[in-house]
Amino acid sequence: MAKDKIIKSTREPLFHVVKRDDLAWWQAWGIRVVTILFSFVIVGLLCVLVADKSFGDSFDIMFTGVFGRLFEGNTTMLWKYLQEIAILLSLSLALTPAFKMKFWNCGAEGQALMGGLATIICMLEFGDKLSYGTLVTVIVITSIVAGAIWGLIPAIFKALFNTNETLFTLMMNYIATQIIAYYVYIKGGGSNVINPVEYGNFPTIGGNDYFVNIVTVAVITVVMYIYLKFSKQGYEISVVGESQNTARYIGINVKKVIIRTMLISGALCGVTGMLLVAGKDHSINVNSVGGQGFTAILMSWLGQFNPFIMVVMTAIVVFLRLGVAKVADTALLNSSYSEIMVGIVILMLVGCEFFIHYAIKFKHKKEVA
Amino acid sequence: MIIQFICRAILLGVPLLYGSTGEIITEKSGHLNLGIPGIMYTGAISGVVGSFLYENSCGNDIANMNPLLAIIIPFFCAIIGSVLMGLIYSFLTVTLHANQNVTGLAITTLGIGLGNFLGASLINITDSELPSIALTKTSSFFSAKLPFADDLGWFGELFLSHDFLTYLAIIIAFITAIVLNRTRVGLNLRAVGENPATADAAGINVTRYKYLATCIGSAVAGLGGLQYVMAYASGVWSNNAFGDRGWMAIALVIFALWKPSMAIVGSFVFGALCNANNYIQGLGTETQELFKMLPYIVTIIVLIITSMRKKREHQPPQGLGLPYFREER
Amino acid sequence: MSKQPAIQLKNITKVFGKVIANKNVNLTAYRGEILSILGENGSGKTTLMNMISGIYFPDEGQIFIDGEEAVIASPKDAFTYKIGMIHQHFKLVDVFSAAENIVLGLNDGKYNLKESTAKIKDISEQYGFELEPEKKIYTMSVSEKQTVEIIKVLYRGADILILDEPTAVLTPQETEKLFAILRRMRDDGKCIIIITHKLHEVLSLSDKVAVLRKGEYVGTVNTAETNETELTEMMVGKKISLNIQRDEPIAPQDRLCVKNISCVDRIGTTVLDNISFTAKSGEILGIAGIAGSGQRELLESIAGLQQLTSGEITYHDPKTNKVENLRDKTPMQIRNLGVRLSFVPEDRLGMGLVGNMDIVDNMMLRSYRKGFSMFLERKKPKDLAEHIIDDLEVVTPSASTPVRRLSGGNVQKVLVGREIASSPTVLMAAYPVRGLDINSSYMIYNLLNEQKKKGVAVIFVGEDLDVLLELCDKIMVIGSGRITGIVDGRTATKEEIGLLMTKTAHDEEVNNG
Repeated sequence: MAKDKIIKSTREPLFHVVKRDDLAWWQAWGIRVVTILFSFVIVGLLCVLVADKSFGDSFDIMFTGVFGRLFEGNTTMLWKYLQEIAILLSLSLALTPAFKMKFWNCGAEGQALMGGLATIICMLEFGDKLSYGTLVTVIVITSIVAGAIWGLIPAIFKALFNTNETLFTLMMNYIATQIIAYYVYIKGGGSNVINPVEYGNFPTIGGNDYFVNIVTVAVITVVMYIYLKFSKQGYEISVVGESQNTARYIGINVKKVIIRTMLISGALCGVTGMLLVAGKDHSINVNSVGGQGFTAILMSWLGQFNPFIMVVMTAIVVFLRLGVAKVADTALLNSSYSEIMVGIVILMLVGCEFFIHYAIKFKHKKEVA
Repeated sequence: MIIQFICRAILLGVPLLYGSTGEIITEKSGHLNLGIPGIMYTGAISGVVGSFLYENSCGNDIANMNPLLAIIIPFFCAIIGSVLMGLIYSFLTVTLHANQNVTGLAITTLGIGLGNFLGASLINITDSELPSIALTKTSSFFSAKLPFADDLGWFGELFLSHDFLTYLAIIIAFITAIVLNRTRVGLNLRAVGENPATADAAGINVTRYKYLATCIGSAVAGLGGLQYVMAYASGVWSNNAFGDRGWMAIALVIFALWKPSMAIVGSFVFGALCNANNYIQGLGTETQELFKMLPYIVTIIVLIITSMRKKREHQPPQGLGLPYFREER
Repeated sequence: MSKQPAIQLKNITKVFGKVIANKNVNLTAYRGEILSILGENGSGKTTLMNMISGIYFPDEGQIFIDGEEAVIASPKDAFTYKIGMIHQHFKLVDVFSAAENIVLGLNDGKYNLKESTAKIKDISEQYGFELEPEKKIYTMSVSEKQTVEIIKVLYRGADILILDEPTAVLTPQETEKLFAILRRMRDDGKCIIIITHKLHEVLSLSDKVAVLRKGEYVGTVNTAETNETELTEMMVGKKISLNIQRDEPIAPQDRLCVKNISCVDRIGTTVLDNISFTAKSGEILGIAGIAGSGQRELLESIAGLQQLTSGEITYHDPKTNKVENLRDKTPMQIRNLGVRLSFVPEDRLGMGLVGNMDIVDNMMLRSYRKGFSMFLERKKPKDLAEHIIDDLEVVTPSASTPVRRLSGGNVQKVLVGREIASSPTVLMAAYPVRGLDINSSYMIYNLLNEQKKKGVAVIFVGEDLDVLLELCDKIMVIGSGRITGIVDGRTATKEEIGLLMTKTAHDEEVNNG
């Protein structure tokens, strides 16, 4: 009677996927490290294919492209590399408390730009009026406040009406961009460029321009680790992120935590903007942050919200960005090639999480008599 | 003046309409694809590469070019390029259950990198002085108007003077609306986005619907990129000129309350807002920069209002952003 | 027996991680019969039925439909075999209409909601359902939603119907209606399987009863040839008289007074209606009622998690003899008043604990704020965690294991242990033994009794009337958010409470006309 139907559906699933959670931490990290190594091989192979370099040469060029003549005692390139890491890391750290709370702050770009804007305004307006010490203090305070406000606006609406923060923060980026465009137009006299300002620049220490930036971010890394892991506020962030119901049950004021955490997140983005303007560019334009706010989201997530792992992740990504750009350069390709490589590596890392959380089981049917 | 303003608004709005229709299709399956900016960019550059190769194979002489091929080749290149990106996204988020936001942003990174790399490479090949590549011949086929449009005065200009991709965008949006609301496929797709477990229990192949919705959505979005290059920018590609249109397309989805027919109106309103600064008398360049904020501010206001009103039918698909795993306990 | 079984399971085994949900289960069901699957909570009934309906795939064993081996890898396959399951948690799309939900996933030619609506009306008339096909699901009552689910499988022509705990959410009247419909379907030649743990339903409805115990198949008996005692024995293994200890309350004093409180939910329905009672120290106050009658809202109101529309809640401090008003206070403010209120919520991992945090960090949930330092103090919580693991025999690899990896009973021990550790004066527990094995359940009863002895006012929301009758000093029965009676736990009978549980439901019916 139902014979034809049975034939139609008598197919054994070849395998099925099951969730697992008994993977030890070293196994999980084993998978991630293997993925990173594997993705490097792919990057190498793509360099071989597209840039027409040998596999070894590609990596050789990458290393010299990133570290320069480090072994001959020239540390200029190394400092540049560290500086690049510092900026990306700083943004990633800024986003982490928000993400841990499951608040998708996609607005690092705008928050950093606002911090940078505050900095450049101080440098231009008060540069010749205040003493250096006062000026730097004012810069620090205003940039923190500016970034915090940019983070606060979406947070308030999230807390009150549960407004979608992903899109809200994204839109805030473009509003910030237009404000910068406006300001640059006024101050640049219609040239879209503000000439480097000499006031309020962070000092060169030990002959190194980026020393202040790197040290600041190093300190933020450690402080953020301690804040998330050992402070009461960090604990509250975890509880709210894991379960708002539990948070309410034990009497955490969820709205307050959302707003407080976004103030911190925005403020740190503002600090990054300040580091970019006062510590590096001494000027500002709409591309000052250059999309790093988005890369930082990926870094924070791939770093499992752990600041120290984020250091490693940003180091890898910046290495690829600079190194592959160098390979592309020597092969007369353009530097965007490195963006593709970064994209591929990140996608592979995102994909490898599957093998950490799930196991594939092949069907082993036992015949029953 | 007003006619010109509206036409310009429509021209600016069409890439957004493609992008948001594509994103609506994808979101209806429960996937928030933040890779749309990268996918649109990929669609654009794929079309550019296709037409570049075709123009070269014809010796860069418009007389040798077959109008049909000149359109079909970039058209399908754009679709193939964007669908490939959509496939990567759906493989990661559907099959590998990866986080949708992270995957989407990575796709955007990849897509923009790819676009800029190919764009710069083409510019390199042509040895052009300018940092751009002009495919004006292909563009002339794309932006061909109806022959009698000019004879019909304002009516002709307003309704008949656009390039065919503009009409296609509106047609696609209407078809999407009909499919979503009037057909079984649409019902199934909405069920997948609202409540995948229910859809699964009803015997709907959730995985297939998610893949298809994401890939078709990507193809539609990719056409938006193509329209931008071929019609809006008259065939001139320069890196990063596409700007933030992808993000605006995503914002438009909320503005349209997940309704493709609303997206048509919304995209033209956005187009008008983007363009308002050029049509208000006596604005300095610096004030114009401030006026460019308008679409973003409007989006934020819509975002806030919809979140405050909480009308059940105006909310995003309930399963949006959540991975689905049948054996989850 | 010459009849061909409609469905036959042979040696079905299903394992989730380390938990064996079903082990070598055999089962046979025929057309024109109602088969009850009886078993305690967590005995693997639902998992078993999910394998027939294609939600899970068995690890081992075979399924035969009409004598032929069948592979049911997806719900779609189940439909091909004309199997339809009505889940306990309805699988409906809220923003769709009833008709849209019913035709969802079907593939029968042209998509035409009008024709479908007509067909739905036919089915409704045939079996006596009441349903508006155009009504949106999110505006429906539970019983209406269930009707949609049943019509959905009938619409597909299912002749093997599986119902998972269909009466758990229904009033007695609705239950009777449902049973009448099910009998009509049986007479129509359908094979009906109903999952339940309510004995009286089994006896009044089914033709045969299959019993599961801890994932294993115990046996099948004809309903006509069995009785409650035999079924209970099959269900629990050996005859267990509950024998929960119950001491006389020592010097009971008013501790928590609830006066005329009412509250409404998000869509404006009244969930608590003029509730008044007093919880006394040294007493266990039981709360009985059909699931979803306002138990959760009542406890949450006391804990400061619900907005009240009227009434007041006062706390009598045993040390200072002061009377504190708790209404409109947040959990934080209640705590700051010095009120030591502990609450074991129904949703353990979603509210009481954080699944991804380890036992130590979960201990801190209640205490982390203590002290002025901005940093956490993990020493004491760690000691407490180890203390609880030892005392309550929590089975866990270590104190730093995320609680989501523990089994249900151990999760509950961690939660109850933490709530008791803060030496409360009021302890509220919602369904604290749900899903627990018998040993863990007794441990929880003992803990509650210990608290009672210490002079704590214990409020216990339960579903098993036998437990309520053996454990509680007083039992308050609520129905549809209203108190229908408060009885003495020592003298009340099961019938009496059962009657009270259904009383409001009946009144409701009368009021609605």
